[in-house]
Amino acid sequence: MKKTENPENEGLLVRRIQNGTVIDHIASGEALNVVKILGITGTTQEALSIATNVPSGQMGKKDIVKLSNRELSKEEVDRIALISPKATINIIRNYKVCEKKGVEIPEMIEGLVRCPNPGCISNTNEPIRSRFLVTPKGLHCTYCDWVITKDLTSHII
Amino acid sequence: MPHALTYVQQRENGGDMTRHIISIGDFDRRQIDRLLDNAKRIDAQKYDKNALTGKILATLFFEPSTRTRMSFEAAMARFGGTSISVGSVEACSIAKGETLADTIRVVSGYADAIVIRHPKEGAARLAAQFASVPVINAGDGAGQHPSQTLLDLYTIRQSMKLDGINVALIGDLRYGRTAHSLASALSLYHVHLHTVSPKGLELPTSLHADLSEKGMEITEYDNIKDLISHVDVIYVTRIQRERFPDSASYFNVASSYRITPELLQDAKKQAIVLHPLPRVDEIDPRVDLLPHAKYFEQSKNGVPVRMAMLLQVLQ
Repeated sequence: MKKTENPENEGLLVRRIQNGTVIDHIASGEALNVVKILGITGTTQEALSIATNVPSGQMGKKDIVKLSNRELSKEEVDRIALISPKATINIIRNYKVCEKKGVEIPEMIEGLVRCPNPGCISNTNEPIRSRFLVTPKGLHCTYCDWVITKDLTSHII
Repeated sequence: MPHALTYVQQRENGGDMTRHIISIGDFDRRQIDRLLDNAKRIDAQKYDKNALTGKILATLFFEPSTRTRMSFEAAMARFGGTSISVGSVEACSIAKGETLADTIRVVSGYADAIVIRHPKEGAARLAAQFASVPVINAGDGAGQHPSQTLLDLYTIRQSMKLDGINVALIGDLRYGRTAHSLASALSLYHVHLHTVSPKGLELPTSLHADLSEKGMEITEYDNIKDLISHVDVIYVTRIQRERFPDSASYFNVASSYRITPELLQDAKKQAIVLHPLPRVDEIDPRVDLLPHAKYFEQSKNGVPVRMAMLLQVLQ
């Protein structure tokens, strides 16, 4: 990678990717949760780079996640909005940014979060996925009406 | 923001909102009033006694029930319809490990409507998702029990207008689903709520906040004597023994929330006492003889109200 003249920019923290997705402007400290939301584990195939607490003009500090050889779908992208609504998505093809988009908070999320109510029917062996409406107060379970108001990431399945 | 179920049902049923009755929160005031008006007509014997002839109602009760189940079956019979049931839970396929979703799909093929009671919250919504016939929720765990709320409202309306009245909720307000649903429904009628409950069994904070947000005035009291003279309706719920570490502390608390003729001497003349039943120690049997006592009337009202509900989903 070519180094720049400006010592502040010298040596990018993570390598540029040829093809894939760069998730930028993630709220500082949320990168690992973004990875969790996307279902990326040590056993999945993507090459993954994470930068945390990177200085940012807009945000003070931000996190960045780079995924090689995977373009995120709109549903996946919008899930990120739940924990980091200012995140931006850059789709990279042959080292160039081909698409740049923001994230939109989805109206409903299915199969992402487990209902914390142990008495909820969604926590049984029924053939359903958990389903939450995204409301200003939090995530509203459409089965038992439980509302998750905080610590969303701890409920991710 | 639409209610969760309203939203889901609109998506799944193409906007057909009359199919299922799952939660009182799915009703707006106009819909409640219309259903109660229909129940009143039915109560006055102004109905077609063959309105549901040839229709079959399946009652799926995965938890014990006396009043709810019998009154639904009575309601169906009054319209000339038939009821079928699974008998005991031990005898049904759920005991063999079948999912509720499969049971519902199968029973949908046998009946024109399903009434369900289940220990899990949200079970009725799941049933509505998989049923090809209308589903009525007859209680899902600590969740919803809309027919009880509708008959509570109906009973109050027999004695007074719902608008702007003062209603006391007494007893276990934390776990009591009937109290929660009634409080939510009353918020549509600008009712002033007065609550008194043992420590730790107060109205859940989230529900309190929701009701306040809807503009409901809520006053909390430490002592039942302090509110008795202010209210038009005294709604009593059972305080369950298992909420207390030992019998002595239960009796100690329960006795201070007991409705007695002596207590009611300070009540308004037209005030009514309601209880979803079964009662244990909450209401002195001597109260039964007073004009305030409306709980047996309330129980009886389960039939016309449930008839109106059946008519709504089956016609």
